[in-house]
Amino acid sequence: MLAYAIRRLGQSVFVLVLMSFLVFVGVYAIGNPVELLVNPQADEAERLRATAALGLDKPFLEQYWIFLKGAAGGDFGKSFVFNVPALSLILDKLPATIELAFVAMVIAVLLGIPLGLVAGLKPDSFAGRAIMAGSIVGFSLPTFWVGLVLIMAFSVHLGWLPSNGRGETVMVAGIPVSFLTADGLAHLAMPAFNLALFKLSLLIRLTRAGTREAVLQDYVKFARAKGLSQTRVIGVHVLKNILIPIVTVIGLELGSVIAFAIVTESIFAWPGTGKLLIDSINQLDRPVIVAYLLVIVTLFIVINFVVDLLYSLLDPRVRLGGAAAAH
Amino acid sequence: MKRTLRIAIAAIALAAAPAAFAKDREVSIGLQAAVTSMDPHYHNLSPNNSMMLHVFEPLIKRDANQKLVPGLATSWKAVDDLTWEFKLRKNVKFHDGSPFTAQDVAFTLKRVPNVPNSPSSFATFTKPVVDVKIVDSHTLVLKTATPHVLLPSDLASVLIVSKGAGEKAATEDYNSGKAAIGTGPYKFGEYVPNQRVVLKANYGYWGGEEPWDKITFKILTNPAARVAALLSGDVQMIETVPTSDIAKLSKDPKFSLVDKVSNRVIYVHLNQSTEKSPPFVTDKSGKPLEKNPFRDARVRKALSMAINRDAIADRIMEKKAVPAAQLLPDFFYGTSKKLKPAKFDPEGAKKLLAEAGYPNGFAMTIHGPNNRYINDDKIAQTIAQFYSRIGIDAKVETMPSAVYFTRASKLEFGYMVLGWGTESGEQGSSLRSLLATYDRDKGMGVTNRGRYSNPEMDKVLSTALVTMDDKKREALIQQAAEIAMNDTALIPIHYEVSTWATAKGMKYTPRTDQYTLAYELKPAK
Repeated sequence: MLAYAIRRLGQSVFVLVLMSFLVFVGVYAIGNPVELLVNPQADEAERLRATAALGLDKPFLEQYWIFLKGAAGGDFGKSFVFNVPALSLILDKLPATIELAFVAMVIAVLLGIPLGLVAGLKPDSFAGRAIMAGSIVGFSLPTFWVGLVLIMAFSVHLGWLPSNGRGETVMVAGIPVSFLTADGLAHLAMPAFNLALFKLSLLIRLTRAGTREAVLQDYVKFARAKGLSQTRVIGVHVLKNILIPIVTVIGLELGSVIAFAIVTESIFAWPGTGKLLIDSINQLDRPVIVAYLLVIVTLFIVINFVVDLLYSLLDPRVRLGGAAAAH
Repeated sequence: MKRTLRIAIAAIALAAAPAAFAKDREVSIGLQAAVTSMDPHYHNLSPNNSMMLHVFEPLIKRDANQKLVPGLATSWKAVDDLTWEFKLRKNVKFHDGSPFTAQDVAFTLKRVPNVPNSPSSFATFTKPVVDVKIVDSHTLVLKTATPHVLLPSDLASVLIVSKGAGEKAATEDYNSGKAAIGTGPYKFGEYVPNQRVVLKANYGYWGGEEPWDKITFKILTNPAARVAALLSGDVQMIETVPTSDIAKLSKDPKFSLVDKVSNRVIYVHLNQSTEKSPPFVTDKSGKPLEKNPFRDARVRKALSMAINRDAIADRIMEKKAVPAAQLLPDFFYGTSKKLKPAKFDPEGAKKLLAEAGYPNGFAMTIHGPNNRYINDDKIAQTIAQFYSRIGIDAKVETMPSAVYFTRASKLEFGYMVLGWGTESGEQGSSLRSLLATYDRDKGMGVTNRGRYSNPEMDKVLSTALVTMDDKKREALIQQAAEIAMNDTALIPIHYEVSTWATAKGMKYTPRTDQYTLAYELKPAK
């Protein structure tokens, strides 16, 4: 287990360094941030001053080396645009994004798995068909359109929910969260549901497919033959066995929801990292782009690690990493 | 299940309802771009400059038409070609209660060029000043090394900070509010990057009491989200109403719209830097041309005549644009009333092309940004359509501004759709940046991406830039503009019209500089 963790860590560091280099090259190739930052009326002296102030006068590899040295000590450089450390800019916004992603995932899981079970157990009933039809709608409608429709319905026409921003926050363990206040929940409801919709449909389909396959298996028939109650057959024997692919997908999707909540964030003006990333790319604010992607890669690595741990809990046959060699 | 859900939503909505209605003397405003700092000397960028004017003031202000009017200086005059005297306003207090004096101006002029890490500094405006003399606490004498007629206009862009609060302060101290001490009508409240800025009334303001106790600016970059926030009452005013929503909003009795022609011209630079074909310009079989067609004034004129500016303004811009003949609408200083937008005349354009030796036209790619100006990509596509009528094969390629401007500055394109906002409000500075012969060290033609060069215009313009007499100077700038525009040095398309929407009853005085200033917004009675 320990050897496995250490090997995983080594791989992760390699991925991070490679990633940062690729982003550096990418942003360098796109364009010169000074062109966008400096006022067009500025003369040559001002351009040179700004280039030097941002450290862009040095050769490319030297710029990268300076970044690596700083990054090793946790310093990812200052945002070209905001003049604050890139990492703190991101960490300030990250709680909002993570909260949105988690609430969206909770909605998707709490609704998606039960609905998927119903659709899988009674595929030909009205409910089963309705759920599947609903999931197709959830799949195929573009997020930004659904978001706008939600705003038109609940903010403009009904006036029930605020159209943008994040509500009142309270501190929990030093992190500002908004889902504990009424105002916060009101602000959270629409963006979280909008973000959840696609994942919800995905989980419904996944659960349904797994269920339909599992109910035909011999062990389910045997459990039924033994006279076990329906609840126990479904709750324990079916559900537990179909959970592995579902957990994998939840893990992957959680990462992608955090990393790519961009559309939802910009429609609801949710003050998270997705909006920050888009603005930073438009401004070629390299320190922020690099730091953001590194934070996200780290998140993916951690989530995947947790998913692996969950496998071994759900399926006793799975052994992590090096232990397999002992067999 | 459904019912519980509905009850839950209603409960949440009820709890949130009080927040949805703004109090009488509070207002929320949706802005289209982020404010990157609360340091007035950190980043010379329109959204910042607009925001800072609430908290800080310049010596000389600009009114809604960008005419210079007294600000912290009550009067100013040129004593001789190199000396300017400023009389400062008395009995003005900073937000911390300390009095405003000539010391603060001297400190500001010293601070401006020395803001660390500034991505775009205001040093351009203070550089001409070589010596600052404090005559008494409210009289200041500034010296320049060469005659600098634009000094008052330059100083209108420099906001005065308090010496006491700013002496040891860095940009971070302004962002936190500690050093953001000005003389303006509003005080710093809160600054959250990329999210919101909150300002509070300065009750001791020398200009009289303001109608708002508290202003919240929300950064709503997505146009649809901005409109939705207005419709739902989360904000009472938005700037830059998307053209597609203008018709709908103007019919809605709950909102009013105001608009004004702006100082931003959308134009085309034609790359004249090469002897032979400029990039992306070929004959119709794809071979390079022997000569650069853009160096021929007849070709430039034909390309201008082929564009139906009225059609672009009406159809593409939903009437929120005014066809352009020069670099600024003709009520600004230094503009010529003699210049009229080129008449749409495809037949005449064809004839001119034939005269110039291109009876069958040629082929080119029109390049433009797709996220910088209002409907920029649609404008580029429309122009291409017009050109097909005069026998020019025009392809269109648009790209994000992050990519576009770097490549345009390297002259990698032939035909470039661009925009230019004249912050100084006088045409001399635009001619100098866009059309004077390129010489970066002298600050001439720094944004002349067409590399147009005309010694005759250069001569008139450089005389104008050192002529102290306002009337004579204006005549010279007009003359320079006429020389350049009659030579089709660039192709002006239109001036953007900026639009603001407010809740019914509120009144906003629209401005040519596209700034959104809460102190120009009056509440509903």
